[in-house]
Amino acid sequence: MSSAVDQSSTARSTTVFHQQFGITDRLIERCLAAALERGGDFAELFFESTASNGIGVDEGIVKSASQSHSMGCGVRVLSGERTGYSYTDELTEEKLLHAARTAALIAHSVATAGVQGLRAAPSHDLYPAVTTDVEIAQKLQLVQRADRAARAYDPRIVQVRASFSDEVRHILVVASDGTYASDVQPLSRFSVGVIAKDPAADGGKGASASGTSGGGGRRDFSWYTTERTPEHYAQEAARQAILQLTAQPAPAGEMPVVLGPGWPGVLIHEAVGHGLEADFNRKKQSAFAGLMGQRVGTDKVTVADNGTMPNRRGSLNVDDEGVPTANNVLIEKGMLCRYMSDKLSAKMMGTRSTGSGRRESYASIPMPRMTNTYMLPGEDDPADILRSVQNGIYAVNFSGGSVDITNGKFVFAANEAYLIEDGKVTAPVKGVMLIGDGATALTRVSMVGHDLALDEGVGTCGKKGQGVPVCVGAPTLKLDHMTVGGTGR
Amino acid sequence: MTKERTLTAQLAQEIVDRAMRAGATDAEAVVVEGDEFHTKVRLGQVETLTESQSRAVGLRVFMGQRTASTSTNDLSEASLQRLVKGAVELSRITEEDPFAGLPDASEFSERRNGDGLGLFFDDVYSLPAQERIEMARAVEAAAMGADVRIQNSDGGTFTAATSWRAIANSRGFVGEYRKSYCGLGVTPIAQDESGMQRDGWSHAARTLAKLETPEEVGREAAKRALRRLGARKVKTQRATMVFDRNVSRGIIGDIFDAVNGEAVYRHASMFADKLGEQIASPLITVVDDGTMMLEPGLAGFGTLPFDGDGLPMQRKVIVDKGVLQTYVANTYTARKLKMRSTGNASRGLAGAPGIGSGNFYLEPGTQSLREMIAEVQSGLYVTETLGSGVNLVTGDYSQGASGLWIENGEFTGAVEEITIAGNLKDMYKNIVAVANDLTFRGSSASPAIRVEGMTIAGA
Repeated sequence: MSSAVDQSSTARSTTVFHQQFGITDRLIERCLAAALERGGDFAELFFESTASNGIGVDEGIVKSASQSHSMGCGVRVLSGERTGYSYTDELTEEKLLHAARTAALIAHSVATAGVQGLRAAPSHDLYPAVTTDVEIAQKLQLVQRADRAARAYDPRIVQVRASFSDEVRHILVVASDGTYASDVQPLSRFSVGVIAKDPAADGGKGASASGTSGGGGRRDFSWYTTERTPEHYAQEAARQAILQLTAQPAPAGEMPVVLGPGWPGVLIHEAVGHGLEADFNRKKQSAFAGLMGQRVGTDKVTVADNGTMPNRRGSLNVDDEGVPTANNVLIEKGMLCRYMSDKLSAKMMGTRSTGSGRRESYASIPMPRMTNTYMLPGEDDPADILRSVQNGIYAVNFSGGSVDITNGKFVFAANEAYLIEDGKVTAPVKGVMLIGDGATALTRVSMVGHDLALDEGVGTCGKKGQGVPVCVGAPTLKLDHMTVGGTGR
Repeated sequence: MTKERTLTAQLAQEIVDRAMRAGATDAEAVVVEGDEFHTKVRLGQVETLTESQSRAVGLRVFMGQRTASTSTNDLSEASLQRLVKGAVELSRITEEDPFAGLPDASEFSERRNGDGLGLFFDDVYSLPAQERIEMARAVEAAAMGADVRIQNSDGGTFTAATSWRAIANSRGFVGEYRKSYCGLGVTPIAQDESGMQRDGWSHAARTLAKLETPEEVGREAAKRALRRLGARKVKTQRATMVFDRNVSRGIIGDIFDAVNGEAVYRHASMFADKLGEQIASPLITVVDDGTMMLEPGLAGFGTLPFDGDGLPMQRKVIVDKGVLQTYVANTYTARKLKMRSTGNASRGLAGAPGIGSGNFYLEPGTQSLREMIAEVQSGLYVTETLGSGVNLVTGDYSQGASGLWIENGEFTGAVEEITIAGNLKDMYKNIVAVANDLTFRGSSASPAIRVEGMTIAGA
């Protein structure tokens, strides 16, 4: 076995794991050796320590405040396509070696790849390193301002909850392929939820509705006092709830659909993003398997997954396998050109990792995942796009979506949508559910606006039980027809 | 797997004592410890093997009627000091909530452990690792061997896990219990000239002795994947729906979320102000029972010795022949609604207790599923829904769906890429039949139900 840690390299002993938890390079070397002692061809240690805080106002009272800390180390051993995994939340030599030997049980060959000279990975600098050294009194003011602003918006707002949460996640990834990468990842989020009630609505029967808003990212605290204030989020949540009080049941059937810019990009995430993750394609489980280089959408469709956007919720300097993130173009002018890959799928498919290996925590095995996924802007004027529709739906906000990647069928539920009648946006409708299949949806994209926007920073993507923060985005775009679920007409 | 059984409870008690010494007026601590073995076999080869142990503590303190919470999985002395100090400091920052506080000591459950309930069986770890892998291999093999159209799979899995949980508080409650779990599952992928379809099936039990065989689970998974092949859209229309029990479980489960006391006091429930009213068809009787035994010595999946506040679990009828009888509450929510706790506190590691169900179910009817299908002239047997289009404030219900089309009482082919929509308030009233196929595969369950008057959006 070759010698492990290259002592000449920089920035090694500066991580929180060295300083607070006494993890030495010598211990890391011993753990990697133990993980490979049965002949695995790749071994990896993933150290993680996350401190998080939350404060919330509810019914006009600052009711909750919390702090939590979670840490641990996951050890992974690969032997061909086989993965052995074990983790410990005690960072002692005894527990770490035990985890390494447990993960090693997956392998049973004589040959071993050994440990390459460890070297610090190149990295980006996409976010402020620490954002939590803010007085809690300032966070308290944020949630109180949101409460006041939502109530002031309309007397029919009867319930308001607002919360602010932030965390700092330290990671250190060391692997036998020479990876030695650390990162400090801040993440914060502001959320407002309201309930509106109008006893006079619906001919005296009364009506209730809810509205939510929020946003954030890997940002400095000043973002919430200058760019996206509590009033911004509170008024948006209240506006949605009041609007829903008068929304009519949505029509049902096939019709043209125009999606507004920003969060409706969740369609791109569900309809094609998941289907282009390398693991599903390597195992021939995706509706997109075997379509590399082929046309999957109209020439107006270009889709990217870009982990390198400063301060965004889905951005990362390095992924959870220590690989620098990249701007990966997945579909270019309708042609499928790249899958998102982690190290294992890249090895199996003879390609390179695209910096897409992510995991929820040290207790989870990494997988190919999205970061910030969006459709690139086109040349159409959004007003022209709406004018081109005789009868259809204009959907501007969604509560969420999901997909069955095997047949490509996806659904997503709108929480703000309107009828389009004779090229004009008219009445708000409720209960809009859109359903389609990914491959067909992209062939029906006939107009793409010049107004690309990313969402405010609220998304969490779930896959095989693991949630990771992501962004989605899109310009205004038109699909010639989609199935709209509803109870009206 | 031997372990001093009171260690978890001792740690919880010690953290409460520290918080009280640090100046809290009341405190409550939770300690969880667990271990898990999980393996996945894909195309006959082991794909992943995971083995792990974990433990963590959570603390909630009160400073009068101000409250805050902290949690950590670092049990070092320095970390425990931070846990206590942080909670006490944070609680000074929050504002007084007149309803906050621990339950009265007189309310606590007399049961303080899981003895006699049948929550823990050490046989989940009795199999050597190689035999556990064989279980995962066998469940996949059973699914893949069922039909030549199944040549791919997302793997067969076997999981075994055990956990300890302890709660202690400053009003004298100390309780703990141990649970065991084992599970088998498989996700086969079927393919023919019409395309690829996946479906899956799984089973879980507290003891290996009650776990279905790999053959049973695999066969069912294969059947479900195969019947989706050749699926097509249907026309937009109003139609009768028969909901398979896996789907009706969710629709009936929405009743629990709507009678959740928290949603009720927030005006966020379609059933706020509806106590004593007819909210569903007279065929509907819904029960939440936190004390149910599947058989003597074997607890239901939602059965525990005490709830997350340390109060006794209870059996209550939520809806009796269509009439709403009660809301469900924990201690905090009960105070808000001027009722008594129904023993539905659900305590995670961090934060205040939420509200969770015991064993929540719709009482079965007398008709078999086959008889129910046979009565349908034209309609949809819904086997899966996709998405999250349920609004409990308004009752609006709109979901992606797939299933089998029924014509003259017979299945005529698979259906997909449609949505089904209605309003839950109408759907509950329009349940015209309840089947007799209630089975508990988890803590909530429902027989199949037939609902009239819903809208399908399709081609």
